[in-house]
Amino acid sequence: MEGFVIRQAGDMAVCVEFGNEVSETCNAKAGSFYRSLLAAPVKGLIEAAPAFCTVTVYYDGSVIRYDRFAALLRKRLLSLKEEKRASGRTIEIPVCYEGDYAPDMMNVSQHTGLSPKEIIELHSGRDYLIYMLGFLPGFPYLGGMDERLSTPRLPAPRVRIEPGSVGIGGKQTGIYPLASPGGWQLIGRTPVILYDAKRETPVLYEAGDRIRFVPISKKEFDALDERGGN
Amino acid sequence: MGIRILEGGALTTVQDRGRYGYQSTGFSVSGVMDRRSFQIAGALLGKRETGAALEAALLGPTIEFTEDVLFALTGADMKPKLNGWEIPMYHALLGKRGDVLSLGFAVTGVYGYIAFAGEMDVPVVMGSKSTNLKCRIGGYEGRTLERGDEIGILGAKTKLPNMYKRYEDIHAFTETEKEIRVLAGPEADYFTEEGMRAFLESVYTVTDSSDRMGYRLEGEAVASRRGVDIISNGIAFGAVQIPPSGKPIVMMADRQTMGGYAKIANVATVDLPELAQSRSGTKLHFKMITIEEAQKLLRREKAYMRYLYRATN
Repeated sequence: MEGFVIRQAGDMAVCVEFGNEVSETCNAKAGSFYRSLLAAPVKGLIEAAPAFCTVTVYYDGSVIRYDRFAALLRKRLLSLKEEKRASGRTIEIPVCYEGDYAPDMMNVSQHTGLSPKEIIELHSGRDYLIYMLGFLPGFPYLGGMDERLSTPRLPAPRVRIEPGSVGIGGKQTGIYPLASPGGWQLIGRTPVILYDAKRETPVLYEAGDRIRFVPISKKEFDALDERGGN
Repeated sequence: MGIRILEGGALTTVQDRGRYGYQSTGFSVSGVMDRRSFQIAGALLGKRETGAALEAALLGPTIEFTEDVLFALTGADMKPKLNGWEIPMYHALLGKRGDVLSLGFAVTGVYGYIAFAGEMDVPVVMGSKSTNLKCRIGGYEGRTLERGDEIGILGAKTKLPNMYKRYEDIHAFTETEKEIRVLAGPEADYFTEEGMRAFLESVYTVTDSSDRMGYRLEGEAVASRRGVDIISNGIAFGAVQIPPSGKPIVMMADRQTMGGYAKIANVATVDLPELAQSRSGTKLHFKMITIEEAQKLLRREKAYMRYLYRATN
């Protein structure tokens, strides 16, 4: 793999940059480098955090010096094969796009001129790449929403958005893993618990995976509800 | 058992070195603000790794011992008393069942540490006992300690060899003007020469909107070339972000994992304890050093901790 820059980020971290743009190509490079570090850690590694087009690599600067650590990373990067596309899994997330779970469906319908049925078809009709997780634990930054669905955020943010809520904010779509304030237009909710600190894997997906929203009915939502109703 | 909280203080939490390995999924590292004070407390109690301790901010807690156990106090000076009698900091001391340890307002520093000779009996969540207040996980039910909370101390020790050697010079955080060493940040080239000069040559003041997440500074605005927005990337402990206002924010233990502002610098790890212990109003001068110097200082810090452990144990 080529086309990367290694920058210092203090005496305990470096930032490896794969271009300065939000694109699947840069993100795929960051993802394969991140996974290679997980699979075979280098000396001094503490952890790595992949983002849109970078991986920040945290290391113990008292164990290995910067130039030596950067050399190890460079060697690893050069040995990696380039991936054009993220090679993660596809995670299916059941979503109920009905009734109380879709409080802003009519807003989106009015703004886009699409019927709720068309909105659901467009929203669930493609897979979304997880560029990175951040802001909240398990909050995925998803790319690739159909532009016809673009709807501005609510003029006044909600004080509380229920966990599992699926929304649209401008050109992006996303899902709230835990209760949070927020201004996104909510068009559905998943009964799946996306984040649970007690689970062996606290968050169900990782950067580089793709999310597919699968429409379900209110009845199916209740049957699947892992929170036991709320 | 171990201890019972009689008064929670302003913001008392269980913290350890931090929660590593989950930043990729959006979990903050958390952990202690002042790693040095925290490690000294452990070393005085015969621990190579301090494990988990109580961290108190500005106003300390009042604690009753429900079991005999050795303890040590380091960091901010909260004028500790045991049953109403003043006791020294940076000493291993015995708390007996029924004794009451009371801490007041910090007269110097911000963060005080109370470590015990034994393991604090709180669950390990995702590899750490640190409290993450935002996610409400770790520590004691993911929250600050309150009156009535009880925490057990596993393997509580009441005796250790060489009790007469179990002390360290007090690290007083009395200076109101400090030099803080920094390294160039990953986005240092986002700033103009004048911007960088302002950052390194003018004086910044710690404001009172500073907390475990970040220290907001007041002073000359740092000018950027073409704005400070970046495509979000990782934030290390001590990263100095410049938001659109130009006023620096130093990212601390509870920082979020990713940020979208350019980072002009990163505080050298060895100067993070001194920064963490800076109260609002403290004046800071940033001094640029090289990565070689910073990592040499890191190795020296590690050697000091080893020395302290050997000298007291």
